Amino acid sequence: MRILGNTLYVTTPDAYLSLDGENIVIQKGGNELRRIPLHNLDGIVAFGYTGASPALMGACAERGVALSFLTMHGRFLARVCGMKQGNVLLRKEQYRVSDSEEKSLAIAKGMITGKLFNSRWVIERAARDYALRLNTEKLKHVSSLIAESLKQISATKTLDELRGIEGEAATCYFSVLDDLILQQKEQFFFRTRNRRPPMDNVNALLSFVYTLLAHDTAAALETVGLDPYVGFLHRDRPGRMSLALDMMEEFRPIFADRFVLTLINTRQVSSDGFVQKENGAVLIADDTRKKILIAWQGRKQEFITHPMLNEKIEWGLVPYSQALLLARYLRGDLDAYPPFLWK
Amino acid sequence: MLVLITYDVNTETEAGKKRLRKVAKICVNYGQRVQNSVFECVMDPALCCTVKHKLEQVINPEKDSLRFYYLGDHYRTKIEHFGAKPTFNVEDPLIV
Repeated sequence: MRILGNTLYVTTPDAYLSLDGENIVIQKGGNELRRIPLHNLDGIVAFGYTGASPALMGACAERGVALSFLTMHGRFLARVCGMKQGNVLLRKEQYRVSDSEEKSLAIAKGMITGKLFNSRWVIERAARDYALRLNTEKLKHVSSLIAESLKQISATKTLDELRGIEGEAATCYFSVLDDLILQQKEQFFFRTRNRRPPMDNVNALLSFVYTLLAHDTAAALETVGLDPYVGFLHRDRPGRMSLALDMMEEFRPIFADRFVLTLINTRQVSSDGFVQKENGAVLIADDTRKKILIAWQGRKQEFITHPMLNEKIEWGLVPYSQALLLARYLRGDLDAYPPFLWK
Repeated sequence: MLVLITYDVNTETEAGKKRLRKVAKICVNYGQRVQNSVFECVMDPALCCTVKHKLEQVINPEKDSLRFYYLGDHYRTKIEHFGAKPTFNVEDPLIV
């Protein structure tokens, strides 16, 4: 398995990123803030209106370092794509599969199975760990509803049917997310999922963490030679990383949602780290964002045994390993796409 | 793994000064300058061989000295720092 490189997050507003030899140099007002060898990095995420030199963008594209630009509030703006890495034949196969509803459905089923399975285990695990503090009956009920949806997946004939089942299960799942918040309940509550803009603290956290996850997943897909913009479940739309979003479905509950819950339940974030605008939109303040990024990086370095590969890898490599398995399936080396089932 | 690269390049002649600049440039490319001629490089064995080869091509073995210290993957417990020139670890969360 590959070595997990580090990700550099640039949050200083008017920093400029440039290339010097094999180093990325971060400057502000003529001063050099940091100098890091590129071979240590897997990705660079720049927040705000950070500038980057064309030479650096070129070097990143050449070395497979994913470079993404986000707004100050973590909304995705742009990313640098170089010459396509990897195999044309693989990508053509991906497009053919994406064009065929039947073949797309087979993969999408796997991904949604993964999502529902994982979200079910998030709930089951909470019910087991905090049996005395939580309404276990309610959780068990929701978990059994999701289990029902899981059974229906194999019978679906169309993508729309599958989306219906997924939507229903997601509503079920989100209906108990609020129960899983154990601390600071007055400031952190979850009523319903809303975005663009997020209207409460928890939604702001979720949106931000999903963006980070999308960056990592798209980068992983690109590394194995797949096109992150051509998906199976999500429809093609200019600028939307459909395949990255497809693949993320499996990781959302276990990777992103649990991470957000941990942040709140261990009081790593508090309500003064959020700013509410006049229109109700909630933004994450600078220092809280830094705390989240540090915790996120730490989470990515934790080890897990991959259920299918039976190999000990870092959490941060899970998107990469799944991308690898998807590529193998498209090449015909695997009979089905094995989703990531966490337990 | 962490590799510590240190060097002493004889700068009595113009050619020596040129060698010093070249050696420094290669080291800067792959690691963090922690002191004037001391570099900490986090790299895998393959990259380490490449860097070693590059440096060997530049130095004059009769006048200059080049040392590699291999501190392995668990180097954090092996380093202590006092005084000026604060450093950072490239494997920790990088937020600027």
